[in-house]
Amino acid sequence: MYKAANFTRNFSYPLKNISSFLIRVSPVSKSVFSRHVPFTSEIRIRKYASGNTIEEEILGKIQDLRAKAYLGGGLDRINTQHKKGKLTARERIDLLLDPCSFNEYDTFVEHQCTDFDMDKHKIIGDGVVTGHGTINGRTIFVFSQDFTAFGGSLSKMHAQKLCKIMDMAMKVGAPVIGLNDSGGARIQEGVDSLGGYADIFQRNVLSSGVIPQISLIMGPCAGGAVYSPALTDFTFMVRDTSYLFVTGPEVVKTVTNEDVTQEELGGANPHTVKSGVAHYAFENDIEALQRVRDFVDFLPLSNREKAPIRYTDDSPTREDPALNHIIPVDSTKAYDMRDVITRIVDDGNFFEIMPDYAKNIIIGFSRLEGQSIAIVGNQPMVSSGVLDINASVKAARFVRFCDAFNIPIITLVDVPGFLPGTAQEHNGIIRHGAKLLYAYAEATVPKITVITRKAYGGAYDVMSSKHLRGDFNYAWPTGEIAVMGAKGAVEIIFRHVSDRTQAEKEYIGWLSNFKKRNNIKEHYKVGEAASILIENLSEFRSKLQVLILQYELDNVYNADETGLY
Amino acid sequence: MTTQLCILRFGTRFATNLLFVNQKCSIFSRHSITRGFHSSNTAYNASYNEKETFEKILIANRGEIACRVIHTAKKMGIKTVAIYSDADARSLHVQMADEAVNVVTIKSTGAQAVHPGYGFLSENSTFAKVLDESGVTFIGPGEKAMADLGDKIQSKIIAKESGVNTIPGYNGVVKDIDHALEIVKSIGYPVMLKASAGGGEVIDGFKIASQESLSSFGDDRLLIEKYIENPRHIEIQLIADKFGNTLYLPEQAPSVHLDPPTRKAMGEQAAALARRVGYVSAGTVEFLVDPERNFYFLEMNTRLQVEHPITEWITGLDLVEQMIRIAANQKLTFTQDDLKFHGWAIESRVYAEDPEKYLPSIGSLSKYIEPIGFTDKNEVRCDSGVVEGSDISIYYDPLICKLSTYGETRDKAIQSMLRALDSYIIKGVTHNIPLLRDVIGSERFGSGKISTKFLAEEYPDGFKGATLKEESLHELVSIAALVYAKRDLRNWNWITGKESLSKGELNEKIPNKWDLYVNVNKDFSPINVKVEKQNKNEFLVTTGNGQKVITTEWPLETPLINAHISDLNQKKKTVTVQYLDPLPVGFRLRYVGTKFDITVHTARQHELSKYMIEKPKPDFSKMILSPMPGRVVSLAVTVGDVVSQGAEIAVVEAMKMQNVLRSVRVGKVKKINVKPGDAVAADEVLVEFEDTE
Repeated sequence: MYKAANFTRNFSYPLKNISSFLIRVSPVSKSVFSRHVPFTSEIRIRKYASGNTIEEEILGKIQDLRAKAYLGGGLDRINTQHKKGKLTARERIDLLLDPCSFNEYDTFVEHQCTDFDMDKHKIIGDGVVTGHGTINGRTIFVFSQDFTAFGGSLSKMHAQKLCKIMDMAMKVGAPVIGLNDSGGARIQEGVDSLGGYADIFQRNVLSSGVIPQISLIMGPCAGGAVYSPALTDFTFMVRDTSYLFVTGPEVVKTVTNEDVTQEELGGANPHTVKSGVAHYAFENDIEALQRVRDFVDFLPLSNREKAPIRYTDDSPTREDPALNHIIPVDSTKAYDMRDVITRIVDDGNFFEIMPDYAKNIIIGFSRLEGQSIAIVGNQPMVSSGVLDINASVKAARFVRFCDAFNIPIITLVDVPGFLPGTAQEHNGIIRHGAKLLYAYAEATVPKITVITRKAYGGAYDVMSSKHLRGDFNYAWPTGEIAVMGAKGAVEIIFRHVSDRTQAEKEYIGWLSNFKKRNNIKEHYKVGEAASILIENLSEFRSKLQVLILQYELDNVYNADETGLY
Repeated sequence: MTTQLCILRFGTRFATNLLFVNQKCSIFSRHSITRGFHSSNTAYNASYNEKETFEKILIANRGEIACRVIHTAKKMGIKTVAIYSDADARSLHVQMADEAVNVVTIKSTGAQAVHPGYGFLSENSTFAKVLDESGVTFIGPGEKAMADLGDKIQSKIIAKESGVNTIPGYNGVVKDIDHALEIVKSIGYPVMLKASAGGGEVIDGFKIASQESLSSFGDDRLLIEKYIENPRHIEIQLIADKFGNTLYLPEQAPSVHLDPPTRKAMGEQAAALARRVGYVSAGTVEFLVDPERNFYFLEMNTRLQVEHPITEWITGLDLVEQMIRIAANQKLTFTQDDLKFHGWAIESRVYAEDPEKYLPSIGSLSKYIEPIGFTDKNEVRCDSGVVEGSDISIYYDPLICKLSTYGETRDKAIQSMLRALDSYIIKGVTHNIPLLRDVIGSERFGSGKISTKFLAEEYPDGFKGATLKEESLHELVSIAALVYAKRDLRNWNWITGKESLSKGELNEKIPNKWDLYVNVNKDFSPINVKVEKQNKNEFLVTTGNGQKVITTEWPLETPLINAHISDLNQKKKTVTVQYLDPLPVGFRLRYVGTKFDITVHTARQHELSKYMIEKPKPDFSKMILSPMPGRVVSLAVTVGDVVSQGAEIAVVEAMKMQNVLRSVRVGKVKKINVKPGDAVAADEVLVEFEDTE
């Protein structure tokens, strides 16, 4: 259990002083304040004929300080940052949030370290900008590390600024978006800095499943710093300017004698293709911040809210005849499951997560009748859509996220089974595959399953089968639900028969009978898939409502236990 | 009667075919035109209506023409049987027909007649013979007429005998090189050598032509004839019944170049030829006409003409219906004097083909909406064989649609063609609408000063997409800004999930003014556009080019945007733009036929965009990519070979076309990723070179 006492001692004291500076000043300065114009000349204070009052003098000082704070590590460092193709911390916030919506916290915090002459080097804000604002009108908490100030390194005070907004976000019930651009721990502060990391990790874990947490890596992120993004729900990266690694290329060289560049070791490419650490990579800062705005629109602000519904012009009773023929009759022929998805969802809009990792399974967000939904689909284009370790882990985590945040899950099944072989078995396909099974079995959000073609063996069970509390399970006419394919099955059932061609035909016939007997819902046209799913979802809105009430009941109890509320 | 025609045929086998027919005459009033197809003129058919033709016919073709025939058959109450191969078992024509059989099992259907369409089996006299022997009617000319006219030499002899002007030349099979030289002396240069059985310098030419003829047509007979300089190609469409009535319809009539007496003489000669061989059904006689209006018989196509929609527009006839009735032993109910023409029609062939590279494009039509019904006047007709979701495969011709439009005047026909092209939504494959739109929208085309050199003269460096002038650029960015604003408003339109804000507070914050910077294809510097919402669908848009009020009811994310623009002088204009796909920061629009990638930045994004570093594109000179999906035929190099610039690397075959891929620089082969026989995707890396520097 987390100790509340520690928690308060760590951060309430210094913030007490600072909070008194958070005074709402004149309208002029407020607009300046929210637009982050970093030049003193533009910050004007109204003067009285009688001369400055004491209050005004204080205000003047605040304005001066604020102007300084806006400059972070100074113009030279800002130029260096720009030359790398990177924006500054405040510029990034400008692009992430709605114009003029940002409310900054703790602008004037400085570090308190006195070792190694650090007391002579102070930068207002201490390398991070924190606060809250809105994205398309919805509240978001945000921190943006400032690489120009001490390389964005994490000091005790820096950590406390982060912890503060994370706590606020949990209380308010709003997502936290972290814009990471940090050299790592502030070495001069030693264990204070490390403790700061741990404070953040602790909050990442406590917020997990309570509010969505998004990390956008926009510069280096190394050592201890990498674990916070790893604990958050989604990690996005910017190509060519962001890196994530536990140890950098120099250390790698000394330890394993490998020659490797930063980009090869921990750039957006290895993390989106090989390691699966990052969920998406964007081309540059502007695109990244714009796309994160789009992404957040899919998420509820917290687990106390339903999946958001946004206006759409797409008809809820739409029909798409092209769906009727989208699945090849020849069951060995591949097709792109993304084509099926984009034909079903609103406006064909599908935000795919981890598109380059474990491509045999597709995950991502879409909308139906404006409501956010999650899509999980096997991808017959890649390895026939087989489930392997990476695919299971990728989908399992996604399903659990959606379950926590009341996002209905639509599963499109075309799976020939789990991938056989020593590589998979010895690396634990059983326990990793079980993660996906567990995630689906545990999930209580509305679950709709559409079997487009194959659903063989254990993989049938795993892929949101009706036996795992699937709310609606459909099979398209091309569906084949069985323990295994006809050939394999016949070899077992008719192993004493020499001519198995007839037997195979019979088995296939039996398969289609099976479909008839177990057709879970009434027959409907495949082309109507979207409108059927929309109807089902609206029937199940109340399921979400019940879930949220349940959560709130549980939470009253939990809150006392954690001592946080 | 003044008639004018221009046929533009250019480029490769897949290049655009633009056909333009212009007719000015107004004796017959035009009758009803149903959706897409206009039905036959009732005056022509009054006496047919009661008569039975067939109960069931089989259409021995696929794609667009099969759909075309099924359409008429349905109208006439005839059951249809479609045939299919494995490659097009799910095609539209198979779905449209009452029955469908695999091509192997035609016999079992009990169809009484077979319509061959064109191409394929339409000019195969053996096929007609086989049908005849099994008691099935062939909807087309008799087997003998086909055999007589299908052979180029034979047809010339018959033409000469029927009193048709033929090109001076040797009317017979040329024996050998010496014989050829002798003939040439007598008729004088220039001459042409042609394969007898197919469509097509003397000593080398003879050898090559004879080999070619043997390999292409299984027949090495050649013919020699005088070469006509600067000829114009004129086609006369015929229709003949089994009772000796042969009428001509100047379907593909010449330009002002032809005077009525010449046209009449040609028509009569064509009819005479047809009568001579006992030709029935529809057919086309092709003539060459020299600048002195001397005309010479070229050949006869014994089938329905591909371009027949044009004839049907201006005559009101349904040629397929006439063919079926003729095959069912009915008499033509109209005479030569009844055939009058009215109005103008244009046809564009829409191909799945990249107009910039002249390469076919394959794939699935992920979005496909034909531009029919955007006016209630039925001026647009689509002869197509595809629907949304159809595949354009490597097995067949990549024709998507024969799009034809009609107008009382040439200009009206052009205008409705432009609107039709603008509203024609095709996604999933690359197609030639950008080029069609650019050609038909050009001033030169409008003025009618067109020739077969049009493309070479207008696009000396090849077609690179529409070029935007100042005004059209500002029009495009204004509409782009409007699209941005509408999408932005949608992003604020929360139905739930706004719990953290009260409705009133949220409404207060919803933007109603935008200061945007629009970048088109990254070619131009970003253009500042200010947008102000006036009411739900009306926006005031300001660019450097002035202020406009744009009204549009664009259902969000749908492909068609009809923007009504009125400037401060109250000049009104409707512009059709297609919304293709969203992009990470912006979207893709189709404007005047061409695709444009639009990036829209807010003022702040624009201010900061100067810090973004343009990423270098991967160096493709170090690798050889497959230009299109296809199959590797051969590889000319092995690993370690040093190749010079322009050396052959590999041959890739797609759509029965072989493409030789050549090295763009000197280099040493580092890696070969494919072997002959492999299927390759577009842009797949076939061969990689070592870094030389």
